[in-house]
Amino acid sequence: MRRYFGFVKKEFLHIFRDFRTLIIIFGIPAAQILIFGYAVRTDIKNAGIAVLDLSRDEITKRLTGKILSSGFFRKTEDLYSYKDIDRVFKKGSTKAVIVFEEGFGRNLMREGEAGVNIIADGSEPNSATLVTNYLQAIVNSFNLELGRTGTASAALIVPEVKMLYNPNLESQFMFVPGVITLILILICALMTSVTITREKEFGTMEVLLVSPLKPIQIILGKVTPYFFLSVFNVIMILLLSWLVFGLPVKGSYVLLLAVSMLYILMALSAGILISTVSTTMQQAIFISLIGMMLPTVLLSGFIFPIENMPKIYNYLSAVMPPRYFIVIIKNIMIKGTGFGFVWKETLILLAMTVLFISLSLRKFKIRLQ
Amino acid sequence: MAPVIESVNISKKFGNITALYDVSFEVNVNEIFGFIGPDGSGKTTLFRIIATLLLPDSGSMKVLGLDSVSGFKSLRREIGYMPGRFSLYQDLTVEENLKFYATVFGASVEENYYLIADIYSHIEPFRKRLAGNLSGGMKQKLALSCALIHKPKLLILDEPTTGVDAVSRTEFWAMLERLKEYGISVIVSTPYMDEAMRCSRVALIQNGRILSVDAPLKIRDSFSRRLFRIRAGDKYSLINALRKYPETVTAFPFGDSVHTTFKGDSYDNSLSEYLIKCGLTDVTIQETKAGIEDRFLELMENSDQKNTDQIF
Amino acid sequence: MTGKSVISVKNLVKKFGNFTANDNLCFEVYEGEIFGFLGANGAGKTTALRILSGLLEPTSGEVTVAGYDVSKDSEKIKKNIGYMCQKFSLYDDLTVSENIVLYGGIYGLDNQSLRERKNKLLKQLRFEEYETRLIVDLPLGLKQKLAFSVAIIHNPRIVFLDEPTGGVDPVTRRQFWEMIWETASKGITIFVTTHYMDEAEYCDRVSIMSEGRIVAIDTPENLKKQYNAETIEQVFVRIARPLKN
Repeated sequence: MRRYFGFVKKEFLHIFRDFRTLIIIFGIPAAQILIFGYAVRTDIKNAGIAVLDLSRDEITKRLTGKILSSGFFRKTEDLYSYKDIDRVFKKGSTKAVIVFEEGFGRNLMREGEAGVNIIADGSEPNSATLVTNYLQAIVNSFNLELGRTGTASAALIVPEVKMLYNPNLESQFMFVPGVITLILILICALMTSVTITREKEFGTMEVLLVSPLKPIQIILGKVTPYFFLSVFNVIMILLLSWLVFGLPVKGSYVLLLAVSMLYILMALSAGILISTVSTTMQQAIFISLIGMMLPTVLLSGFIFPIENMPKIYNYLSAVMPPRYFIVIIKNIMIKGTGFGFVWKETLILLAMTVLFISLSLRKFKIRLQ
Repeated sequence: MAPVIESVNISKKFGNITALYDVSFEVNVNEIFGFIGPDGSGKTTLFRIIATLLLPDSGSMKVLGLDSVSGFKSLRREIGYMPGRFSLYQDLTVEENLKFYATVFGASVEENYYLIADIYSHIEPFRKRLAGNLSGGMKQKLALSCALIHKPKLLILDEPTTGVDAVSRTEFWAMLERLKEYGISVIVSTPYMDEAMRCSRVALIQNGRILSVDAPLKIRDSFSRRLFRIRAGDKYSLINALRKYPETVTAFPFGDSVHTTFKGDSYDNSLSEYLIKCGLTDVTIQETKAGIEDRFLELMENSDQKNTDQIF
Repeated sequence: MTGKSVISVKNLVKKFGNFTANDNLCFEVYEGEIFGFLGANGAGKTTALRILSGLLEPTSGEVTVAGYDVSKDSEKIKKNIGYMCQKFSLYDDLTVSENIVLYGGIYGLDNQSLRERKNKLLKQLRFEEYETRLIVDLPLGLKQKLAFSVAIIHNPRIVFLDEPTGGVDPVTRRQFWEMIWETASKGITIFVTTHYMDEAEYCDRVSIMSEGRIVAIDTPENLKKQYNAETIEQVFVRIARPLKN
């Protein structure tokens, strides 16, 4: 036990003496949360909208006028057919298109109900949500206005919102689970694999191997500091997103921390596995980045929804641990579900952890090659 | 007393390259046993096998009475190993390095301090300095302290003096000698031939083979010819002239002179006449005793003739 | 030996923060001379060597190499010097021939003269059969000999050798020195550091550094006489380090 604690102490010294490591561990998560967070909070001012008015009557003109005079929107273009919608979105400056159905005013007068379509560019989910919310609010207040002025008794304009490119429109706070997933992989897998290969490169591993330290002591000694740092990091990220952006965790904190620890263990054992197959720090970094970071960004559903991916990527993502972790923490943080809903994913993570640990214990060499 | 190391026909290959070829030797208790040979001669591979870090392809290696393959766990508690690149943590201080190695080997600095006091006292004034900022000589002393702190029975030092200046080297050898008092046996490798004289016995090693094992004085005495030390004003011309002289067997520069052997182990007046004719001035010729390096060169020449093809 | 001075160092001082690595160095090196630059680890040899080869700027002092001021004309100096150090000189993953071509190209040899010199060099070293071998597969001794030849491929006026023979076997070490002598006899100045004290005796003149200062500079014979010693090693052990802390 004394050996183990001596080893852990040494590892902490390495970490705290290396300024760059500290920046990576604490600076990057904080920066990511703040950057993502502020990107989400942009208010709309002068957001570009296009109008496809298939009716061109008194009421559509009044509603359009109201929307444009609100100060939130400016008109980029008048459209004349549905075909133009895609084109105008691709130009980029238009965030939403308002479509008045044919015979809008007539329908409203005669049937007391008329439809307006709000089509938003879902590829920017955050601004799309904001734009449609604002538009819906304006339409609703217009409804009230119509009722008050008695233009049409009980007239009702029914706005129908449609998201182009991202139909389900994931929550704008998706980034917090995403950042946690990414940071943990970065710290755990990358850092552990690098610190172990560093000892190989500098030749200190030779002496450790010759010492009475057992492989499991070396591995645990390497992993322990990063485990604590990672748990600390999770707490820091959650605190930051709560304090700065008011993002609450809807589900149980205990459950969230418990699965995070499991995920941390998984990532640490993946890092050790990487170190057993690489002989230089360069290799370890390369394998960690390509093998762990990139899939986390691309295939875990962090940025691109898995449902929309081609089949092959779907299968690929099924073997990526981050995918399951993201599902778990999304459920706990945003939907507030309990363990009953995430036990399957948790089990998969657990199995992967056991697999990585046993593989790396087996691969860890007690001699040089 | 049983030998500290008993190596019988150890061979080791890496791919096509034979690093060690049928290496056999014994190291006795309390010896400083030196392996002398250039880089790439197989010293490091041999030391790693002794330190249980590599498995031999064939042969048997017994260290402190234990088999280095099957008994590696118990053996690792008994040996101190200092690899060629001093294995220090550059970002830890002198003191932290020492404490770390003590803890890892289950010892404490206090209980064994007497062992390293002599060496460590040189670096103690810098105990708060990061190991990465030490000079070569100080790194070497720290690495030795770290390898000694758990009071090993056998100390394995792989090229501890390479790249270290002559003054630090002299100090280092004096320290090794004092370890005898504590019953610690030492094996040490070095590319510096002159350090052989400091060992109890030495093995000359070249291309994975041991050329000779003996006490340094005996190795020196086994030089097979009479050796002459020739000096002149211009060394380079002197060597070239001697090489062309028909009676010359070998001519190697040594410091300020050229060590030369002749057919029939003697020379006559024609040599000086020849050298003067070659335009050399201040020529002096005197017989001298061969050193370790002379013997090594002789053994290398012999083994070169035996297996020229294997060398490169 | 006297002659044209190719390296001239006057009052060279180099400081790193509070630490003085080179403390008021003054010396000259003459054309065609083999100059041994000795000193204990940490005495400031490497710093001085880097300043002379234009890699570091001196804090103060006047240093000219091959007639150029190191602080102003380091680019011109680089064209006139060759440099070889123990740790790195050739690319391990390139072949013998590729390394020669690479360095020849770096020093601006045209294709024609490059090919000629490559063939001449391979012949001199009896290296023809290794032409297409990777450097990593060569024994250390051959590697160092090749590195030296490559360092002088552009016929520099001065070549700096930083521990060129560390760990090399005694036979190859001597062959290496014969190459040095031959090069010097062509008028190329050799500036060499070494930890082998017998090699110090192969030099025309040696300087011994200690704690940033040059404490002795003369021919090996004179130094031995002055300190009443039999070998340079004895001289070195006596003066290379002041009384210990």
